[in-house]
Amino acid sequence: MTEPAKEEPRRRIGVVVCQCGGNISDYVDTEKVRSEIAKEGDVVSARVEMFACSDAAQQNSIEEIKSKKLDGIVISSCSPKLHLSTFRAMSSRAGLNQYEYTQANIREQCSWAHTHDREAATGKALRLVRAAVAKTAKSEPLEKMRVETTPQVLVIGAGVAGLRAALSLSDMGITVHMIDSADHPGGHVGRWGTLFPNNKVGKTVVDGLVQDVRTRENIMLYLKTELVEKSGRVGAFNVKLRTGNGAAIPLQVGAIVVATGFEPYAPQSGEFGYGLPGVVTLPEFKELLGSRSNKPTYEGKEVRTVVYVYCVGSREPAEAGNPRTYCSRYCCSATSHVASVLGAADPGLHQFHLFRDIRTYGKYETMYEHALQSGSVFLRYDEENRPTVERDAKGLVVRVKDRLMAGEDVEIRPDLVVLVTGMVPRANEALTRVLKLPLGQDGFYREAHVKLRPVETVIDGVFVVGASQGPKNVAESVTSALAGVSKAGALLLKGYVDLDPLVARVDPVACEWCGECLKACPYGAIEEVTYGDKQVAQISPILCKGEGGCVPVCAKQAVSVLGYTNEQMLSMIDAMSPGIPGKAGAPSLIGTTSRKVPVKEGA
Amino acid sequence: MTAEHGYRPKILVFSTNAISDMAIDLAGSSHMDYSPTVQTIAVPCSSGVNPRWVARAITDGFDGVFIAADGPECSYLSDCVDRTGRVVQQAQELLRAQGIDPARVKTAALCSVCSEPFVNHMKQFGKALAALPSAGGK
Repeated sequence: MTEPAKEEPRRRIGVVVCQCGGNISDYVDTEKVRSEIAKEGDVVSARVEMFACSDAAQQNSIEEIKSKKLDGIVISSCSPKLHLSTFRAMSSRAGLNQYEYTQANIREQCSWAHTHDREAATGKALRLVRAAVAKTAKSEPLEKMRVETTPQVLVIGAGVAGLRAALSLSDMGITVHMIDSADHPGGHVGRWGTLFPNNKVGKTVVDGLVQDVRTRENIMLYLKTELVEKSGRVGAFNVKLRTGNGAAIPLQVGAIVVATGFEPYAPQSGEFGYGLPGVVTLPEFKELLGSRSNKPTYEGKEVRTVVYVYCVGSREPAEAGNPRTYCSRYCCSATSHVASVLGAADPGLHQFHLFRDIRTYGKYETMYEHALQSGSVFLRYDEENRPTVERDAKGLVVRVKDRLMAGEDVEIRPDLVVLVTGMVPRANEALTRVLKLPLGQDGFYREAHVKLRPVETVIDGVFVVGASQGPKNVAESVTSALAGVSKAGALLLKGYVDLDPLVARVDPVACEWCGECLKACPYGAIEEVTYGDKQVAQISPILCKGEGGCVPVCAKQAVSVLGYTNEQMLSMIDAMSPGIPGKAGAPSLIGTTSRKVPVKEGA
Repeated sequence: MTAEHGYRPKILVFSTNAISDMAIDLAGSSHMDYSPTVQTIAVPCSSGVNPRWVARAITDGFDGVFIAADGPECSYLSDCVDRTGRVVQQAQELLRAQGIDPARVKTAALCSVCSEPFVNHMKQFGKALAALPSAGGK
C-alpha cells in the first residue's frame, strides 16, 4: 500500500473504557483514561461503562456507533480471548464492519497485573488504549470469505479408526473415499488376537467393520492406493490418488480425515536382547498367540516362563535428542490384559513383569489387579539400572535389580522374553509433504490445540484422528475418529464455510518478485503472477493461514498480514512509546511510515 | 515514568494470540506482579514479527523488546523456533547498524500457561537492561 498523504482525513473512532465492576477501575483511573483518550485526533466519542459487555452497555455502544457515525470502535476491557467475538458481533449489529473493532486488554494485562501502583497502571492503560486507537485508525473493513463445500470426504487409512470414521460419515449421507496403502483393510488391529478390555478378537472387530463398509454405496474403498497430490482449499480440495497399478484418480473432496495410525516401536538389535531367539515384541507376541488364551508355544516348544520388559522405546530420556520421551499409553494395559488372560487359563504359567511405572489408567486398573491375582509377579526397575537379557548355554537369562527389594539382583530364566514396545509415528514423509501437515516434537501429527481444538489441524478441513496424532488404544482411537467425523460433518453438511479474512496480502507495487515469501510459506498459498510489466507474488486468501511467516523475509516490506499491517504495527508501537520519537528523519531502515503520534505522556 | 523503586526499564513484548499471550493473561489473572512499564502487542505468530518493528520500538524509546515466542508448540510452523531466531538476528543487525546494543532484543518460548516464566523473564530482562549503558541515540 502506498503511503497516503500526511494530512489524511480523520477517522471517527469511539472508545469505551470498561470498569469491569471494579476489576479495572479499582486499580486504574478509568475516568482519567477516558478524558485523555478523548483528546486524540481520531477519537470522537469516549465513554466509561461499568460493564461494557452488558446488554445495556452494548446497546449504548450500538447507539453511539449509529448516532456519531463511527467508523471504528475500541473497547478497553478484558482479554480479547474473552470478548473479541462478543464485541465483533456487537459491531456488526450496529452496521459497523466487525474488523473495525479493536479490543485493548487493560484487565488481564494491566489492572490485574499492577494492583499496587494506580498511577503507573493508569499510564499503561492509557498507552494500551492509545495503541488500540492507532491500530483502528489504520484498519479497513474486511469480509469473511464464504466458500461452498463438497459433501465428500477422503479418509486416509483403513484401520480401525478410518473404518469407523468412514461408516459414521456414510451414516450422515456424506460420500467417503477411503484409501489404504496396504492390500487389505484392517490395519494393526486386524492382526491382533484378543483385545483388552472385553476379550474381543481384533480380526473379528475389524472384519465386522469391513463387511459393513462393503455394503455401503457411498463408501469407496481403494486399496494399495496413495494420495499423491492435494490442492484447493477447505470444502473443495482437489486430490489425486495413485493406485497400485499406477492409475491416477482425481477427486474433489470437502475434507480429509487422516487415520494413518502408528508403527510399533522396532527395538534396535541387542536392545534388551532383541534379535536373540526367544525375544519378541508385544505385537509379535500378540500375533503368536492369535486368538488362543492358553498354552503359548514358541517355535514348537511350550512356554512355561515369560518375562515382560516394559517401556521399551517409550519414556526415553530427552537428553539424547530422542523424540520418544512420551508414554505410549496402551502398553501397560495391553500387557496386564494378556497376562491376566494367560494366567487365568493356566495358573502354572510363570509371568514376570519388569516395569518402571504401571499406567493402567481408568477402568483398566482392574486388569492390573487381575494380572496380580492370577499369579503375575511385578518387579520394578530403575531407568538407570535397566534389566539385561542374554543367552547362554542353558538358554535365556534375564537379570534385573528390583527397586522394591532394595536393589536386590534377580535372575530369571524364561522361555520367552516379551519386549513391551510402544508406538512410534508411521513413516509418512511423502503424505506429510502432500498434506503440508505440521508434526509435533514426537513426530506424530499435531492438533491445532491439544485441549480446545482436538483432531483439527492448522489446515482447515484436514483432521488427524486415531494413533496418527499420538499413541492411543483402540477405544481412544475410535473416539478420536468420531470426533473427526463430527468436525468434518459440521463443516460439510452446512454447505458452505466462512473463512477468516485476517490473512497476508502482497502490495504488488512494492513487490519485486524474489521468491523468498514463496520459500517461507509451508501452505502453498503463494504464487508468482504477472503484474503490469513485472512478476510479483500473489497470496491466496483461502490457503493463507495468516501466521505471517512471509512478513519478515520480504526485503521490500511488501507483505503484511491484515489486522497486523506494517502501518498498523508501527503506529501502535509509536502510540505506546514511552519517550516519544520527535526523531525526525528516523533512519529509513526502520520503515517508511512517518506518522508520529503527538507526544502525550500518560497520567 | 518514575517509580518509587528506582529505574524500571520499558519493555515491549510481542506475544502470540494462540499461545504466549494466554500466559501473559494468566500472569495478570493470578495477580503476579511485574513492572507496569512492560507492555504487550499480540500477533498471530512470533515468526511473523517484522524486525523493523523491533528496531522501531527501541528507537521510539523502549529499553528492550522481548519476543514471547510460540516455541516448538507453534501450531502453524514446525520450524517456528528457527524462524523466530532469524527475526531476532535480523532485528539485532538493524540495531547494531545504529550503534545500539543488540542485547536489547531477547526471545524465549512461552507456553500458554507459562505465567511464572513470563514474570521471571521480565524481571531478568529488566535487570539486564538496567545494567546496560543507556540506549543508543538517547
